[in-house]
Amino acid sequence: MEAATRPEPPADVPRPRGRSGPPTGGTSGLPVWLLGLIPLALIAVAIGGFALLGGPGLGERTGPPVEEVSVERTVLRPGEIELTLRNDGPDPVEVAQVAVNDTFAPFVAAGGEEIGRLGSTTLTVTYPWIEGEAYEIFILTSSGGTVDAEIPVAAETPDADLSFFGLMALLGVYVGVIPVSLGMLWLPFVRRIDARWVAALIAFTVGLLALLGIDAALEGLEIAAAAPGAFGGAELVFAGALVAYLLLAGIDAWLARRRAAGAGGGFAQGGLYLALLVAIGIGLHNLGEGLAIGSAYATGALALGAFLVVGFAIHNTTEGLAIVAPLRDGAGPGAAPRLRHLAALGLIAGAPAVLGAWVGAAAFDPSLAALLFGVGVGAIARVIVQLAPAMRDGEGRTLHPLSVAGLLAGVAVLYLTGLLISV
Amino acid sequence: MSERLSRRRMLGGALAAGASLPVVHGLLPRDSGGPRPAGAAGGPAAHEGHDGFVHAGFAPGRSVDHRANGFHPTELLRDFDYGRTRRLASGRLLREWEILAEDREIEVAPGVKYEAWTYNGRVPGPTLRAREGDRLRIRFVNGSEHPHTIHFHGIHTALMDGMPGIGENRGGGQIEPGAEFTYEFDAEPFGCHLYHCHVSPLASHLSRGLYGAFVVDPKKGRPEADEMVMVMNGFDTNFDLGNEVYAVNTVGFHYVNEPIQVRRDELLRIYLVNVLEFDPLNSFHVHANFFQHYPTGTSLEPSELTDTIVQGQGQRAILEMKFPFDGDYMFHAHVSEFAELGWSGFFRVGDPARINAASAAALYCDLPWGAGRA
Repeated sequence: MEAATRPEPPADVPRPRGRSGPPTGGTSGLPVWLLGLIPLALIAVAIGGFALLGGPGLGERTGPPVEEVSVERTVLRPGEIELTLRNDGPDPVEVAQVAVNDTFAPFVAAGGEEIGRLGSTTLTVTYPWIEGEAYEIFILTSSGGTVDAEIPVAAETPDADLSFFGLMALLGVYVGVIPVSLGMLWLPFVRRIDARWVAALIAFTVGLLALLGIDAALEGLEIAAAAPGAFGGAELVFAGALVAYLLLAGIDAWLARRRAAGAGGGFAQGGLYLALLVAIGIGLHNLGEGLAIGSAYATGALALGAFLVVGFAIHNTTEGLAIVAPLRDGAGPGAAPRLRHLAALGLIAGAPAVLGAWVGAAAFDPSLAALLFGVGVGAIARVIVQLAPAMRDGEGRTLHPLSVAGLLAGVAVLYLTGLLISV
Repeated sequence: MSERLSRRRMLGGALAAGASLPVVHGLLPRDSGGPRPAGAAGGPAAHEGHDGFVHAGFAPGRSVDHRANGFHPTELLRDFDYGRTRRLASGRLLREWEILAEDREIEVAPGVKYEAWTYNGRVPGPTLRAREGDRLRIRFVNGSEHPHTIHFHGIHTALMDGMPGIGENRGGGQIEPGAEFTYEFDAEPFGCHLYHCHVSPLASHLSRGLYGAFVVDPKKGRPEADEMVMVMNGFDTNFDLGNEVYAVNTVGFHYVNEPIQVRRDELLRIYLVNVLEFDPLNSFHVHANFFQHYPTGTSLEPSELTDTIVQGQGQRAILEMKFPFDGDYMFHAHVSEFAELGWSGFFRVGDPARINAASAAALYCDLPWGAGRA
């Protein structure tokens, strides 16, 4: 394909090399935009011809239809189990019967029994499920194939009404905003410690972020495993990470240019800027965390209990410390950050947990969740790259005894507080 | 379940199942009353538009297309095939049948299609019926894409056994697609038997539908009765070596949707055969009644008065009972899983004058020895 569509430069004109100049050649008489369009037009013609001729040479597809259906969402109401199915395979699938724990049960398909490619339908199955029991569901398709769904522990799905959203907001505030803000109370301590310890503190933040990033990546991949493969699955985690990393890098470059033009003041090089980056990274991570909490709570999975909330709070308090760590800047104790800046940082880092909890509780989608976890990973990676220079000692080494100690401390603290939320 | 669950597993797990999952029991909030039925009165299940959950069944509004299937379980129930008969010079009766093996898509539950292998286009195959001592001749034509045989449970020579590897040099053994063979033997012993394909892999050839009942009446016949055949079977629709649909006479819940009409106080005789694959045991239970159990039907004396029997693969029996009261009486596998995956039905017992005789017409056939007469 490539060889057929790329215009060959004539032999008498030297092939342009590197950045030696704008490309010139035998096609120079044509406008550039046309050169760009020609391959597209040829591809369109080729595809059209292929489709018109009915895929010459390929013949009829053999074998039975391929049925791939994923269960995207399960909602339990008294006497009812609602399943949202997504057709993930190349062929349409027709739902014929549904059995819950080896019992055929009546059902109604809201989106019709037939599901087209990437289409979805919602089955409302009438079944007297009992709280606390486990259920295995199989959906029998018209071809006799089965789609399995599992409810490890049945509990009624809360109604997504106003009070529920209020509860989710409260939960988000408990595990996001409050602990992060509390953690930021280390600011006076951070600002008073000896300058030599700054590198260690930054390293501590980096270590903490690194483990958070790994955690988010693993969670994202686990969720992606349950997401329909047609939407990308695990690829979404990496795509999200890449997009977030590049976006943040782009913003950073844009700010740097503004600074060079004298428009941004000293902001982009100051500690506050680094703190903002850390807050954004942590905020995106908390978005994913909120999503997880919200969806788990919505299905009765996370009947949290005060202990678990306290665990999350202590765990996330360390994130507050990470945000204020860069504020021990070379600028000295004189340039104390303003209170509104600190409040903004706290909200940026913590409030996404509220948003995540809402989305997770109301409209959980494994593909979206995988993407968002990936975004969190990318943001954290970018922030680590941004923070790393601040770990350097006088001789320019990033890894020196003090920074390594800080890194290890960060990893250890996050790991240990993580144990609090293991139940 | 472990009481220790990491946050990762918990949250990750919850998400991984598309938000369906959960946690350990200890974490769940519980009503003081403990577990309760979620569909208790007043719940959405009781709202208009829902029938609620009375018993297991298929989704409403759809039914099996018996016409497309080419057979109807209600008709099949009392359909006994006596073959073409003629008297031999010796004075014995010769019965002749033709059986065609045929691949055919059938609907085993509403909307669920299954690529069955059949004898004469139906599952179970025709119920072949003879009298003890008759000479039987069964011409078998293999119209399937796969090799098959007919292996009869009975007493006969090795060549007539329908066993691959035995008798190929004389045209028997495994019958290849397009080929044919005529089985010939005497009807013995009397009882309730079966026939099925014996080509390997057996589970595959049996579970696909190649089986049928084979009834040999004793010389003097049995007391007059309303007779029916029930072949307990199942279908592994997704080929995972486990059945998704269970039934008697193929279509799940058929006799729930169309109860079997029987007359009050009339003797009912059921020829019950278990051909279920993949599950080692099957069973039969009738509500509000007891039956005389004649294992394999080879004795005229019942072995037990009971309401539940268990059968392994290939086991069969004759059951006799009378219903003294009008009403609907369930019969089903007492293996609850099978019952709720299709193997359930009802007898509708009524006043003899009010019962629709049309569906029961087949049973009042004139047998030469007078076993079934109105």
